[in-house]
Amino acid sequence: MSETYTLYNQTVMDHFQNPRNMGDIKDADGIGEVGAAACGDIMKISLKIKNGRIEDARFKTFGCGSAIASSSMATELIKGRTIEEAMSFSNQEVVDALGGLPPVKIHCSVLAEEALKAALEDYVKKHPEVAAKAPAAV
Amino acid sequence: MRHVFLDHQSATPLLPEVFEEMRPFFMEAFGNPSSLHQHGLRVRDALKKARVRIAALINAESDEEIFFTSDGTESANLAIKGVAYANERRGKHLVVSATEHPSVMNSVEFLEKQGWTTTRVPVDSQGRVKPEHVAGAITDKTVLVAVHHVNHDIGTIQPVQEIGRVTAEKGVPFYVDCEASAGWLPVDVQAMGANLVSFSPHRYYGPKGVGVLYRNRKARIVSIIHGGVQEGGRRAGTENVPAIVGGGLASEIALREMPSRASHVAALQKRLWEGLKARIQYLKLNGPEPGPERVPTNLNLSTEFIEGEGQLLSLDISGIAVASGSSCVSKSLKISHVLAAIGLDHALAQGNIIMTLGKDNTEEEIDYVIETFSRIVTKLRAMSPMWEEFESGVIDSVVRPTGRGKSFSDHAASVSGKPAH
Repeated sequence: MSETYTLYNQTVMDHFQNPRNMGDIKDADGIGEVGAAACGDIMKISLKIKNGRIEDARFKTFGCGSAIASSSMATELIKGRTIEEAMSFSNQEVVDALGGLPPVKIHCSVLAEEALKAALEDYVKKHPEVAAKAPAAV
Repeated sequence: MRHVFLDHQSATPLLPEVFEEMRPFFMEAFGNPSSLHQHGLRVRDALKKARVRIAALINAESDEEIFFTSDGTESANLAIKGVAYANERRGKHLVVSATEHPSVMNSVEFLEKQGWTTTRVPVDSQGRVKPEHVAGAITDKTVLVAVHHVNHDIGTIQPVQEIGRVTAEKGVPFYVDCEASAGWLPVDVQAMGANLVSFSPHRYYGPKGVGVLYRNRKARIVSIIHGGVQEGGRRAGTENVPAIVGGGLASEIALREMPSRASHVAALQKRLWEGLKARIQYLKLNGPEPGPERVPTNLNLSTEFIEGEGQLLSLDISGIAVASGSSCVSKSLKISHVLAAIGLDHALAQGNIIMTLGKDNTEEEIDYVIETFSRIVTKLRAMSPMWEEFESGVIDSVVRPTGRGKSFSDHAASVSGKPAH
């Protein structure tokens, strides 16, 4: 075979093969771990937050190529945003930034959104003073 | 890049001599076998020759018991629906094993919507069907028993001869799906006591586009595709002549080369399994150990703490073609029903990979696969929260329990808010 065919587009394949922000943050300010009941995938996102802004985001994912790519892209997109901005993060941003996902794989991007929001909720729980200012994460 | 094809369950490359045998039937001998002139009579002879060759592969008494369809799925549909409709007045009960191929399972489900009932005979943890369970499921309304010869997913060889004795005693037609065994293991329809058998030559170096249904006179069937009187009135539609001709020669060669092909893949199967087992921890073989209870072409593996599609993609990037029964790979987001039927833990079903060997694989290729796969597993585990949680004692291993931490399934259910299916 001289040509290469891919199951996903080049951006998704790149994020699967060379995931950004893979790993854990030591002394994370917020950690979220969620699972997809539909397929069994599990995603964990940890955040470092300073002065109301996401300084660092890392992920670990048990799941398919598009789940790994979605979590890689979500952590890329979210870095530098304020908590308020992050709370309104939507999975569609991940889908768009990845240049699209197959319809059956859209739920992978939803999982990334949920993991991020779970991590934010964890942070807010630990910092009630933020909760007073910010809208609910879900 | 190096290419290693380990998905022979899905397709095999056509043999060059089979291609040569097919070639005249595209342009030169293009006739329709139903025609009564020279062009038709010539290809009619060619079909007869293919039928005889295929009858020999499965030790059928007569080539008149061989019917050509478009593929194994159509053969399975004809076996199930054809027998059910032909015997509707006798009874509307079917007996099938729980691990039949989707072409059987979904045909049965289709009939259930029309008033048939089915008993699905369970399998043990190795995927084996017990003949006494089949005997116990048969009622006076049963018109068909269907148990495959070799499981398409986990390679388990079923005790079809014993089941054939049960069905013969009870006078119920017996259908054996031989899709995963024909061409690789001896299939003797008479010794099996089978009344119907289906398979496809594309699994053993023949072309796609032709399926075989063997049927003897003890099983009444009606056609499910209506039109002309091709295939003895059992399957209407113009025959795919080149594919049938190719399937015939591929069958003859498969019969002749079966001992050498089988021993070659059996040695590679052993090398692959032992190599992987030695290199990768928390790896499980699904189905029986390589040996008399497992087809020599198949390895079905579950690698704990990582998911199957990621393994498949990474292997593909390294030039290694495999399949997977993980939910992420299926369009329905469900794990393979075979893995569910053997009671495999959901976490292990998710990490599933299926490798199927062929006659052209080499020891060197196998060593490359072992090396590459162990590297991929290490990379994916480093990305997996499950691996980290296993190492820190939050969850336990199913393959080799340490006694600390909760099960993966409990953990998955707690983070997803719903139990994993």
